[in-house]
Amino acid sequence: MSAPLDPHGKRVVLAHGGGGQLTETLLRETVMPRLGNPLLDPMDDSALLPTDGPVAFTTDSYVVQPLEFPGGNIGKLAVCGTVNDLAVCGARPSWLSLGLILEEGLDLEVLRRVLDSVAATAEEAGVRIVTGDTKVVARGQADGLYINTAGVGALRAGLELGAARCRPGDALLINGTIADHGMAVMLQREGGSQIESDLASDVAPLGGLIGDLLEQVPQTRFLRDATRGGLAGVVADLAAGSGFHVTLDQESIPVRAATQYAAEMLGFDPLNVANEGKVVAVVPAEHEQRALDVLRGHAYGREAAVIGHVGEVRDGLCDLFTYVGGRRIVQKPYGEDLPRIC
Amino acid sequence: MTAGDAPTPREAMARLTAALTDVVSAHRAAGGGLLRFMEVCGTHTVSAFRSGVHSLMPEGVKLISGPGCPVCVTAQRYIDALIDLGRREGVTLTTYGDMLRVTGAGGSLELARSEGADVRVVTSSMEAVEIAAAEPDREVVFAAVGFETTAPATAAAVLAAQTRGLGNFTVLAAHKLVLPAMQTLLADPNLAVDGFLCPGHVSVIIGAEAYRPVVDSHGSPCVIAGFEALQMMEGILHLARQVVAGEARLENLYPTVVGSQPQPHAMALIERVFQPGDSAWRALGVMPESGLDLRPELAPFDALARFDIVLGEDDDPPGCRCGEVITGQCEPLDCGLFGTACTPVTPIGPCMVSSEGTCQAWFKYRRHEMRKGAGA
Repeated sequence: MSAPLDPHGKRVVLAHGGGGQLTETLLRETVMPRLGNPLLDPMDDSALLPTDGPVAFTTDSYVVQPLEFPGGNIGKLAVCGTVNDLAVCGARPSWLSLGLILEEGLDLEVLRRVLDSVAATAEEAGVRIVTGDTKVVARGQADGLYINTAGVGALRAGLELGAARCRPGDALLINGTIADHGMAVMLQREGGSQIESDLASDVAPLGGLIGDLLEQVPQTRFLRDATRGGLAGVVADLAAGSGFHVTLDQESIPVRAATQYAAEMLGFDPLNVANEGKVVAVVPAEHEQRALDVLRGHAYGREAAVIGHVGEVRDGLCDLFTYVGGRRIVQKPYGEDLPRIC
Repeated sequence: MTAGDAPTPREAMARLTAALTDVVSAHRAAGGGLLRFMEVCGTHTVSAFRSGVHSLMPEGVKLISGPGCPVCVTAQRYIDALIDLGRREGVTLTTYGDMLRVTGAGGSLELARSEGADVRVVTSSMEAVEIAAAEPDREVVFAAVGFETTAPATAAAVLAAQTRGLGNFTVLAAHKLVLPAMQTLLADPNLAVDGFLCPGHVSVIIGAEAYRPVVDSHGSPCVIAGFEALQMMEGILHLARQVVAGEARLENLYPTVVGSQPQPHAMALIERVFQPGDSAWRALGVMPESGLDLRPELAPFDALARFDIVLGEDDDPPGCRCGEVITGQCEPLDCGLFGTACTPVTPIGPCMVSSEGTCQAWFKYRRHEMRKGAGA
């Protein structure tokens, strides 16, 4: 006899995280049918992974509000974020852990949708969830649902990636429009009532795109996913890490008109706004065109563009050649980028 | 050139700067000195820095940022009152995000929040009203700051709360008026400004003619321009032309948006809810009739009255030159704290706190000049 999830079977209750029958029911009925695979199915205390050679290992926690937003949800985000962190290090993402922290009262339908997304995104990214954990905290002690994912992937041989490898003349590329994730989430959070928009998050697993790039342009010098801190955060780090001056050309940075509009309305600079499906790549000048072709040949890179170059001046700064021909410094944003008020 | 050959923004800007260079050359050839124009709106400030307008300015012209950032001019005594309220049992503070990090004598709202105060960031005054409606057990206070642009929204919120019979909604009003500030600046003999680039947003509400006294009594050219970089540069070009021609006129380059007369609906809202009152400006002191107080009959919605708060005195941080920065008397680089003790991470003065503040904009977008200035 299976224990009832709650009187109506609709919501998470504390006992779902208690490690007893109800936990087992939740795993058996909700989690395993979606995520089961030979490495997870034994449900032992650890997953046993067949590795050979050096691996990359990363972890990230996801606390996005709202849990569901145009273009994705916290589940898709949790898989993509960790997959992308592995991929930009030159690893082939393979295995993920999934830690769920549920708030008492969470609608089980929401949890099912989130887990559906985890499963679909993992499938697309070619990764498996191989170990996991579920905890429930009392109402008010969390905000619906938090997720932690860790990931492991085998490192590709023969790569050397890092800002310090960048040289004058190198080209900066990005695989598409910036700021879509941050603005889509912001608009959803603001109720979306004041600004009508069809903006959607760009959240996407980039393992395939990055894999293609590294295979066809192994001379790639630097890769970084432009998440929190946006494109500005990445290029400021790149400039500082390389020691050279980096110039971005504002005209060539892809921004959707709706995203630009939303950013202006809410007082954000798109350069500082988070992405969840964008990678900045630096390649030597002679490989610029090939890298661009590779990115554009991929579903997540159709709008890829060369957005700037590494210069010769050794000042470790990044500046933006603006759309009207002015110049100004690009810096890493400071913490929370606060909305303007007038 | 056919209609299809519209200039790119870079080409359009190049034409404007070339024209401005010609005007400035003529001015200098005639023995004229440095032309200093002040933008009096934080949105202009941010737009100019983000688009690199300063880097395009020909030698001999300088754009100075005036007291147009609402956060920067909000007095410390007001922040102290907010923090006092935030620490009271049952009070929920609602505020625009920029206010979170402004410091008063007793810390910032961000700090108060970390200590347990219920401080919530809203993007509209109506959101604060909705919180009050949804949580009748909380006393919801809205931190009402900003110029004529945000005052109508605050007024609408107060009237909505009144209509809906919300007894738990109040505002702590610190709205400021643009014109008294400009007139105070002009009364200062140390002010060296050759003309004003007037803000689009505010001008929509108060109407272009509101600047007439500045032009007529003080002989200062006023040009109303939009917020886009090209519109700003065009405004600067028009200001320079006036100076060179020895004129002081009111020009409205934004006539599709800014009318000559006040926006009647917005002004009516302001007048129904507020009356002009003396107001304390950060680093500038109390200016007569430069702010908006709630009308006495709306006292139930006035947080000062409801919570029996008396605003204290200001104790501006020693060494901070924000007051001189926002009156154009010095630049951030001239301040000993700028970029060393005072940075966006550890702001001391209000101009470093706000994203519209001159010091933060300098630090974010012109730091390379700062490095040069420091000889590094």
